[in-house]
Amino acid sequence: MTAINISQPEGGLDGGSPSGIGNVLHVQPLSSQESFSQQQVPMSADKIIEATNVSKWYGTFRALTDVNLTVRKGERIVICGPSGSGKSTLIRCFNRLEAHQEGEITVNGIRLHNKMRNVTEVRKNVGMVFQHFNLFPHMTVLMNCMAGPMWIKDVPEAEAKKTALKFLKRVRIPEQANKYPVQLSGGQQQRVAIARSLCMEPAVMLFDEPTSALDPEMVSEVLETMTSLARDGMTMVCVTHEMGFARAVADRVIFMDLGRIVEEGKPNDFFTNPQHDRTKLFLSQILRH
Amino acid sequence: MLYQDTVESEVLVHKPWFIAAMFAVVLAVFLMVNLTGTTFGELMRPVIGAPMQSGIYGRVAIAFVIAVMFCVNIVLIGFAPLKAQIGIVWIELLALFFSFFKAFNLSMPFIWENLPYLITQGVVTTIYVSAVSLICASLIAIIAAIAKLSSNGFAYAIANFYTSFFRGLPLLMQIYLIYLGLPQLGIVIDAVPSGILALSLCVGAYMTEIFRAGIQSIDRGQWEASRSMGFGFGLTMRRIILPQALPVIIPPMGNTFISMLKDSSLVSVLGVWELTFLARTLGQPTFHHMEMLITASLIYWIMSACLEVGQSRLERHFGRSKVR
Repeated sequence: MTAINISQPEGGLDGGSPSGIGNVLHVQPLSSQESFSQQQVPMSADKIIEATNVSKWYGTFRALTDVNLTVRKGERIVICGPSGSGKSTLIRCFNRLEAHQEGEITVNGIRLHNKMRNVTEVRKNVGMVFQHFNLFPHMTVLMNCMAGPMWIKDVPEAEAKKTALKFLKRVRIPEQANKYPVQLSGGQQQRVAIARSLCMEPAVMLFDEPTSALDPEMVSEVLETMTSLARDGMTMVCVTHEMGFARAVADRVIFMDLGRIVEEGKPNDFFTNPQHDRTKLFLSQILRH
Repeated sequence: MLYQDTVESEVLVHKPWFIAAMFAVVLAVFLMVNLTGTTFGELMRPVIGAPMQSGIYGRVAIAFVIAVMFCVNIVLIGFAPLKAQIGIVWIELLALFFSFFKAFNLSMPFIWENLPYLITQGVVTTIYVSAVSLICASLIAIIAAIAKLSSNGFAYAIANFYTSFFRGLPLLMQIYLIYLGLPQLGIVIDAVPSGILALSLCVGAYMTEIFRAGIQSIDRGQWEASRSMGFGFGLTMRRIILPQALPVIIPPMGNTFISMLKDSSLVSVLGVWELTFLARTLGQPTFHHMEMLITASLIYWIMSACLEVGQSRLERHFGRSKVR
């Protein structure tokens, strides 16, 4: 992939950018969106997700160790780290695809715990986009988007269709509405998956390595969609290795290793001045090529 | 159909060595079989004279003619497009099959006389018993399959015991046990209901495994996606998992249904007036066994063919999302 010139958003990097970074940045310059970049989310904003001292074990293996994380309304958070560091596990705990054993997770005011009767209330408000899209292959693209609202929220069919078309337009594939997922390219499928989650009108979107299974050329179309979502103020928690995206969009970057949060900070500080050796090593590895 | 290579394959039946080999084999086979006394020998009379007196010359001539006809036929079919090939081969096999039965010298009037009753009583009962069992078996199977996949020990054990027991006993024993054994416990069931019960339980046990395999063949990601959108278990199963499992389930299910249709003949031991029972009893008094048995066989075949058509329709319907 050819290097893309990154013009930093307002208040962006102060010249300390390592020269090798350009290669991994897929996001187009955001120069026209000054208002968007680095807008502070006030500390008083509602907490959408609050995790305190979360620990999780798989058998005897400790996957998460005392993780603390608060996500406020409108915040965009990127989680990165080496494979096996627990990033995916952490965000899968947020909609209880995985259960944590210790600590507390509160999502949208509902505490997640073992004995909860109804996780549906939480999941309705938390959209998730998977690495492998996980579209429903037996339903058309349109039906994929309509299913959630119709079956869970009892939205009438006509209205669900309108919403679905609106969000398909939003991810710029309204013309594919009547195709089946297998007929679409990877990038298109992932955008459908994003539209499908958006149709539920969630309070927060979780992205679990949304571009890792895509061809290089398709990565950018998905990242652009995600960037435009971020611009519109969607609360997002994103596990990704796309450092360009992190730099351009994130309010906070979180670095995890061995199930712990090692470091977190504003993207500028994180990329130009990482504090921990592990972070430095990781960044040098990932930014080398 | 298999995923075909793009390289055009050569037509095997147009290769000289293959035609020669085919010719030699057919000729050898019919040299060993003496056909001079059959209809075919009569047809050859202008060439070989009186068939019975033609001796070795007659045999060779007949074998030669058959071998030539066979080879020409095969070569010609080789030129036809795929659909025509399938149709022609089907019709030819069917014609051979009927000419074989013609040699039985069946009494057609007897068949025509008994056919209406065989259909109105026998076929109707067979279809009734099979259809009801089919529905019950499907219901049992889906519940047992879910039980077998659940983490509930009781459900799993019950379902496992059920499949083990009913797959392990001969269907005939199950029918006897239900009809003759249950009255010992004070439960008396009529012949037809006990037949239906035995068939449902037995077929349900087989289908449990088919459903379980089908459900397990669906990617975990589908469950995760459904769950992340807030779908409950029932909704996920009904709208997401089962519709995707059906294309996997339908072929073996068609198999099971067809074999069940024929297994319903075992209910005849209870004196239920279904197809097999009537075929036997109608033929017995006048020693027209063959007539009735062959007629009943053909009727079974036609009914199975209907199920086959239904199966292929369903497969096409559920395969539509796989078209690229």
